[in-house]
Amino acid sequence: MDMNLKLKIWRQSGANDEGKMVDYSLADVSPDMSFLEMLDVLNEQILNEGGEPVAFDHDCREGICGMCSLYINGEAHGPDRGITTCQLHMRKFKDGDTIYIEPFRAKAFPVIKDLVVDRTAFDRIQHQGGFISVNTSGNTQDANSLPISKHAADEAMDAATCIGCGACVATCKNSSAMLFVGAKVSQYALLPQGQVEASDRVKNMVAQMDLEGFGNCTNTGACEVECPKGISLDNIARMNREFFKANI
Amino acid sequence: MSGVLSSSIGRKVAMAASAFFLMFFLLQHFAINLTSIFSADAFNELSHFMGTNPAVQFGLQPILIFGVVFHFVMGFVLEVKNKSARNIKYVKNNGAANSTWVSRNMIYSGLAILAFIVLHFIDFWFPEINHKYINVLPEDPTRYYGELVHKFQSPIRTGAYVAAFAFLALHLLHGFKSAFQSSGMSAKRAAKLETVSKIYAIGIPVGFIVIALFHHFNQH
Amino acid sequence: MALDSKVPQGPIADKWTNYKNHIDLVNPANKRNIDVIVVGTGLAGGSAAATLAELGYNVKAFAYQDSPRRAHSIAAQGGINAAKNYQGDGDSTYRLFYDTVKGGDYRAREANVYRLAEVSANIIDQCVAQGVPFARDYGGLLDNRSFGGVLVSRTFYAKGQTGQQLLLGAYSAMNRQIGRGKIKMYNRHEMMDVVLVDGKARGIITRNLVTGEVERHSAHAVVIASGGYGNVFFLSTNAMGSNVSASWKIHKKGAYFANPCYTQIHPTCIPVSGDHQSKLTLMSESLRNDGRIWVPAKLEDAQAIREGKKKPTDLSEAERDYYLERRYPAFGNLVPRDVASRAAKERCDAGFGVNATGEAVYLDFADAIKRYGREQALIHGDNNPTAEKIDKLGKELVKAKYGNLFQMYDKIVDEDPYNTPMMIYPAVHYTMGGTWVDYNLMTTIPGCYCIGEANFSDHGANRLGASALMQGLADGYFVLPYTIGDYLSDDIRTGAIPTDSPEFEEAEKSVKDQINFFVNNKGTKSVDHFHKRLGKIMWNKVGMARNAQGLTEAMSEIKALREEFWKDVKVPGSADTYNEELAKAGRVADFLELGELFAKDALVREESCGGHFREESAETEGPQKGEAKRNDADFAFVSAWEYTGEPGDAVLHKEQLEFNDIELKTRSYK
Ligand SMILES: Cc1cc2nc3c(=O)[nH]c(=O)nc-3n(C[C@H](O)[C@H](O)[C@H](O)COP(=O)(O)OP(=O)(O)OC[C@H]3O[C@@H](n4cnc5c(N)ncnc54)[C@H](O)[C@@H]3O)c2cc1C
Ligand code: HEM
Ligand code: SF4
Ligand code: FES
Repeated sequence: MDMNLKLKIWRQSGANDEGKMVDYSLADVSPDMSFLEMLDVLNEQILNEGGEPVAFDHDCREGICGMCSLYINGEAHGPDRGITTCQLHMRKFKDGDTIYIEPFRAKAFPVIKDLVVDRTAFDRIQHQGGFISVNTSGNTQDANSLPISKHAADEAMDAATCIGCGACVATCKNSSAMLFVGAKVSQYALLPQGQVEASDRVKNMVAQMDLEGFGNCTNTGACEVECPKGISLDNIARMNREFFKANI
Repeated sequence: MSGVLSSSIGRKVAMAASAFFLMFFLLQHFAINLTSIFSADAFNELSHFMGTNPAVQFGLQPILIFGVVFHFVMGFVLEVKNKSARNIKYVKNNGAANSTWVSRNMIYSGLAILAFIVLHFIDFWFPEINHKYINVLPEDPTRYYGELVHKFQSPIRTGAYVAAFAFLALHLLHGFKSAFQSSGMSAKRAAKLETVSKIYAIGIPVGFIVIALFHHFNQH
Repeated sequence: MALDSKVPQGPIADKWTNYKNHIDLVNPANKRNIDVIVVGTGLAGGSAAATLAELGYNVKAFAYQDSPRRAHSIAAQGGINAAKNYQGDGDSTYRLFYDTVKGGDYRAREANVYRLAEVSANIIDQCVAQGVPFARDYGGLLDNRSFGGVLVSRTFYAKGQTGQQLLLGAYSAMNRQIGRGKIKMYNRHEMMDVVLVDGKARGIITRNLVTGEVERHSAHAVVIASGGYGNVFFLSTNAMGSNVSASWKIHKKGAYFANPCYTQIHPTCIPVSGDHQSKLTLMSESLRNDGRIWVPAKLEDAQAIREGKKKPTDLSEAERDYYLERRYPAFGNLVPRDVASRAAKERCDAGFGVNATGEAVYLDFADAIKRYGREQALIHGDNNPTAEKIDKLGKELVKAKYGNLFQMYDKIVDEDPYNTPMMIYPAVHYTMGGTWVDYNLMTTIPGCYCIGEANFSDHGANRLGASALMQGLADGYFVLPYTIGDYLSDDIRTGAIPTDSPEFEEAEKSVKDQINFFVNNKGTKSVDHFHKRLGKIMWNKVGMARNAQGLTEAMSEIKALREEFWKDVKVPGSADTYNEELAKAGRVADFLELGELFAKDALVREESCGGHFREESAETEGPQKGEAKRNDADFAFVSAWEYTGEPGDAVLHKEQLEFNDIELKTRSYK
């Protein structure tokens, strides 16, 4: 059942290098391996041949930290749905397949090395309002003194599950970050705690998003399809409404 | 407010607003054209009204021109900005896996429409302006129908007309829903618009095409 | 140095309040002149960095990931405990305290645990104020679930992503301070060493993982919040980058390392599928509420299953051995983690394992599906449902409860757990041991603090579910910000710490020397090669069941492996670029030292307690035969190890544990 694969991988030695696609072949890949384990095996092979292993981001390898990325055969996080690259398994591929592996591409996500990109633009957007201004002193009111409808809490939770992976940006033909920003704005917009600063939050976060050089949403919906956490387009619409409210 | 247009969401909303305006205009244009199939008189009457009423001529017409120009200029601006937001392209990109062709190619369907609009201007609007304001020919309230029918004599022109409206249908198949989403309608509600969207996006262009073909094949 | 835990005097319930009332404070204007370094941005480090910045200190925070939000706290699924008693089921600070000490098999420091229980309620208030979307009931109030063998419902949760939501809460608090310039965040920076000036922690040396640059950072105090060291086993539920290096570096400079052998091995993880395996995935403990654990009763059946000749569903009830229900009739499938894990190992060692590697047992939902199906049919008013209908309704309910976990399992294993039992096996999950700290959370290096999973403080020999998140946030939001003030109040006139002192010079040089060694070494084997071999030794000889012989062998094998590593490791690439192999090399070098101390600690502790099971210390007769036997007379102490040059030569210091508020009892789950 083991497979032989052809890999076409983006190699770029550093931010200032041009970079190019390089071909590799890899034998005896087990269908039970995860995609990243397949890359581990490739790296071991490259290392033994005296080369430099392919750099790629990863950490939790269970689909929650948002560190892994990769554009696999033309899709962010590969061909499977509702998962991150680290959750993709080789059984999705066939013996003899050629697999293209590229970094997430956007001007706001510059390549650091090979497949590793810099996504700190997302953090900078959050610095501009991705929080509720409450002191962490512990002298807050009792948690149950503020009932929140289950519906609102659940919806806020759905928005809050975004892992900040950037697949939405990578997938979007416009490199727009609106799904990510929309999810964060929505989480707070749906909760009473978030109301006080709602207007400044959405203005400041959108301004930073624009400053970082992300593109404009044209509602293709690709982000929602590729998002490993199923973040809904509703969040973009909600952000638009919030932005509207904040500006009139 | 000026800051709004410089923001991505502001631009999106402005784009949608101009699109709404265009879609509304298209609807009324269609309604007038449709009368040409049933009654030459009704068509003449309406055209005459539109063509000579000062509110339409000096109020709506400039807005329309502004709307069209704003829409495509903004469309180009956005396209350029969005293209430059990804400075290095993917070697392999499987866009079809997650989005429709029409949604990814608004600029091309839009360009085709733009080309047609230019043609349309040359065909109808320039002669109109010429007639009315440059040569200041006497107004004949029954001339419109004849002119219209005459235009659809040429198979080439009719063909171009048909093709342009096919592109318009493609443009609207995504654009209609998109405009609602841009203006903040929730995806759930936008999903309910699916049918309306299809009816509008296909119905109106097909209607225009039918009118064109009708006149092409019914030359008197 | 004698160990002083600095536990305040007085009744346990008043210690923390009295203590806070009497410590020295730093006035707000002076805080501006004081810098604090926080290594790690998980629940512990993130909450500490945010709070310290809010108080007015200048904080520099470090993480090896590209964003603070990606610390491994993000992976915690189940929930966080707090003694809120919202369910009115008799919970209280004392009960949470009691459960935690008992759950830790009486190897934790009472005063610390009490304080933890005391501040737990505040955590929930704090998080809700921050916008953490905890689960709620239809009345809009917070919901709770019950967790791991306690008698009350005190676990707060946010779907199966509690750790993620809590971490995003702490991250948001950090963002606010980063935006204001009070925290300077250093992402993709790895701490390589601590710098001591006049015996006090005054800075760290880091490597920028993007540029390779080695940098000096100074501060008046250093806080280590770098998480657990379970990756010493190579395979664990930790993140790939989780490491012991930050803790180990301070250990080598004088911080004692406590109870390294206390490791929690979680019973419900997805089994290893082959040699390519890079990490293990946890399946939430909650599954044991409904799943029944079994292996075939006959060896032939187990073998037939391993060879693919039989399927689990082919076996009749009589051909199955529900070994937990058999051995522990009272608790059945819900015995604590350590007990469940050892029982699975015992069956697999005896040859009853059910996957190709022989290391897996079944977790079966067929009965739960039937039971729920019948219940649901009745609710729908069908008193005589067909088997198909029961099956359908039951599966729907199980899906509602565990859908995401089942899907995760299906993605990894490619088997549908609705129709065939899941396979599970224990995996390394959490390390109770860690840097020794006193009541102030200060290590034995003055000015060097350690919080979160990286310290040893609150869980004794075994941690209860949902209490690590509680500890991380308690340390960071509510404990450290007070206790550190007491120390820093002496530093208001010190001024900025210069980084051009000989101490910084020297620390930087030794870091650079090590880096240069790695990239220039003409070895032949990859870092992972050594890491995997270390993991095998640890798992086989220092894993779920340990004995003197195995531990002695492990010590010498690890030492030999370490020597081989330094001769033969191959690190490609250069030092001045992004180089993951180089980063890994440094981490594995430290694991190779820790591993030996770990085995030594296990060897010295000739008792079984919590996650540490010594085969020599088991009950030999009576109803508890074969179960772990604790030895309170000789081992009611914390082992705090002092580094003296070689991990095997570490010197043991004992902190005797006193139990004044809780009576020591044997844990029994029969
Ligand atoms: C899969 C899983 C599920 C869990 N579920 C639960 C649960 O339901 N309930 C519960 O209470 N507990 C649970 N736990 C345990 C709990 O999540 C952890 O113990 C806790 O989150 C640890 O937090 P921390 O802040 O100490 O460390 P971490 O969150 O691990 O953070 C470590 C930080 O240190 C940084 N760091 C590490 N080394 C260095 C270095 N050398 N230089 C610079 N920075 C460094 C990292 O970048 C990171 O920011 C679970 C654990 C796992 C693995
Ligand atoms: C002049 C030629 C035209 C060009 C170049 C053009 C171009 C574009 C482009 C690029 C977009 C996508 C931008 C975005 O969604 O933000 C767009 C959107 C749209 N266009 Fe056009 N278009 C043209 C004419 C028209 C006409 C005549 C109509 C309809 C009557 C129309 C209707 C729409 C609609 C509804 C949208 C979606 C708006 C939104 O997403 O917010 N366009 N157009
Ligand atoms: S919205 Fe989805 S795709 Fe975008 S960053 Fe969040 S999880 Fe990733
Ligand atoms: S490595 Fe964490 S989400 Fe993939």
